[in-house]
Amino acid sequence: MSNVPTDLKYTKSHEWVRDNADGTVTVGITDHAQEALGDIVFVEPPEAGREVDADEACAVVESVKAASDIYSPLAGEVIEANALLSDSPDAINTSPYDEGWIFRLAPSDMSALDDLLDAADYDQVVEDES
Amino acid sequence: MGLRTPLFSEHERLGARIVPFGGWDMPLHYGSQIEEHHAVRRAAGIFDVSHMRPVDLEGSGATVFLRDLLANDVARLCSHGKALYSCMLNEQGGVVDDLIVYSRGLNRYRLVVNAGTADKDIAWMRCHGTDFEVVIAPRDDLAMLAVQGPDARTMAERLLPAAVREAAMSLQPFFAVEGDDWFVARTGYTGEDGFEIMLPGDHAARLWQALLAAGVKPCGLGARDTLRLEAGMNLYGQDMDETISPLESGLGWTIAWEPAERDFIGREALTQRRDAPDRRELVGLLLTGSGIIRNHQSVLNDGVVVGEVTSGGFSPTLERSIALARVAPGLGDTCAVEIRGKPIPARVVKPPFVRHGRICIDLKG
Repeated sequence: MSNVPTDLKYTKSHEWVRDNADGTVTVGITDHAQEALGDIVFVEPPEAGREVDADEACAVVESVKAASDIYSPLAGEVIEANALLSDSPDAINTSPYDEGWIFRLAPSDMSALDDLLDAADYDQVVEDES
Repeated sequence: MGLRTPLFSEHERLGARIVPFGGWDMPLHYGSQIEEHHAVRRAAGIFDVSHMRPVDLEGSGATVFLRDLLANDVARLCSHGKALYSCMLNEQGGVVDDLIVYSRGLNRYRLVVNAGTADKDIAWMRCHGTDFEVVIAPRDDLAMLAVQGPDARTMAERLLPAAVREAAMSLQPFFAVEGDDWFVARTGYTGEDGFEIMLPGDHAARLWQALLAAGVKPCGLGARDTLRLEAGMNLYGQDMDETISPLESGLGWTIAWEPAERDFIGREALTQRRDAPDRRELVGLLLTGSGIIRNHQSVLNDGVVVGEVTSGGFSPTLERSIALARVAPGLGDTCAVEIRGKPIPARVVKPPFVRHGRICIDLKG
């Protein structure tokens, strides 16, 4: 069973979102996603300052197997990308919800966060896929 | 659901991720593909390769038939147990399959062909074998394990039947020995030392479990692919197929042009292409910019497309991205690979990238 923390929000495309309570959110991919992708060997993060739409492909995570797009869960401005991932992309495998975060975003409409999936909804998404 | 090898339940028990491959349900990895890769480079790993098909050829016309069928020449197999790598070509010089053929004595051979092409290959052999005194016998009853790595042979030694053990341990590379229905070859697809072992299907699980108990790491198709790419070995269907000749696949060395009077299938077409000025070649690439090269990406020279990646990926040993690519003649020492619309710089290198645990190319350039 994969780990789905209850304090986060989720997308159907397997991103998680943490509300930092300072007008920003942090985005990564779920434990289920990293497990499905296998060993992650390269991450192309979005550049700070980039404006992204909700559901826009804005980062790429490459495993030994294949490249996968990462979609921004919300519209907004990219504040910071996780610099650790350029040298240690496998942090996504070992710590998907903490050290393996991918980027921070300042959403243009923080209330859109409420429309994302909660942990129970996301559990159902994973179950439906298997 | 695909076909299952005699070891399928072993893979399930180990929690393997199972994927379809060449009509079979096969293990991709058992947790970490990269750890499996390193185990083979540094110690020993074991692969279930029972999806590959041994085919026995026997009869007074077997040698004559194979000298017609294969681009390499089985007349070079002058000693019992010797192995030869060859392409089997169509009349256009395209590769029907690549295979290993083992000599088993006068007019007795064992071929090992790829899983996804096995039925096609056997039909091709039967079609061309009608004029020869030869019996073509696919050996679906055999399982095949590859135990590979610097420690592989010593770790396997005590698990081999007494009938072959001593002979197996004194095999030279690219030779095989058989006894008690076991066929042990010092061959592989990883660039490391080791054995490929064909044995009765109902003996396979016992050998598999004994190798695991001895500390050999189970490895899936994922690691098999990164190991063979580092070793500069082609994958059929990716690096060559029925529309591509061995000359354009880095396999010119497997064509036996001498003796000139041997008229193997595809020879005429190959002869025409042999000195063609526009003949493409298979080269190695080392990405110097950041990213991962993937199959089918374009190779650029001064912004112009000059070729295509046939096998690209991440090299766990080099911790860089490497590839095989088919390119127009005359490419210099550097090029670029188009990754998601951007040209990323790369160096053109001569494979292999890694052999026997050692890096064979200059990473600094």
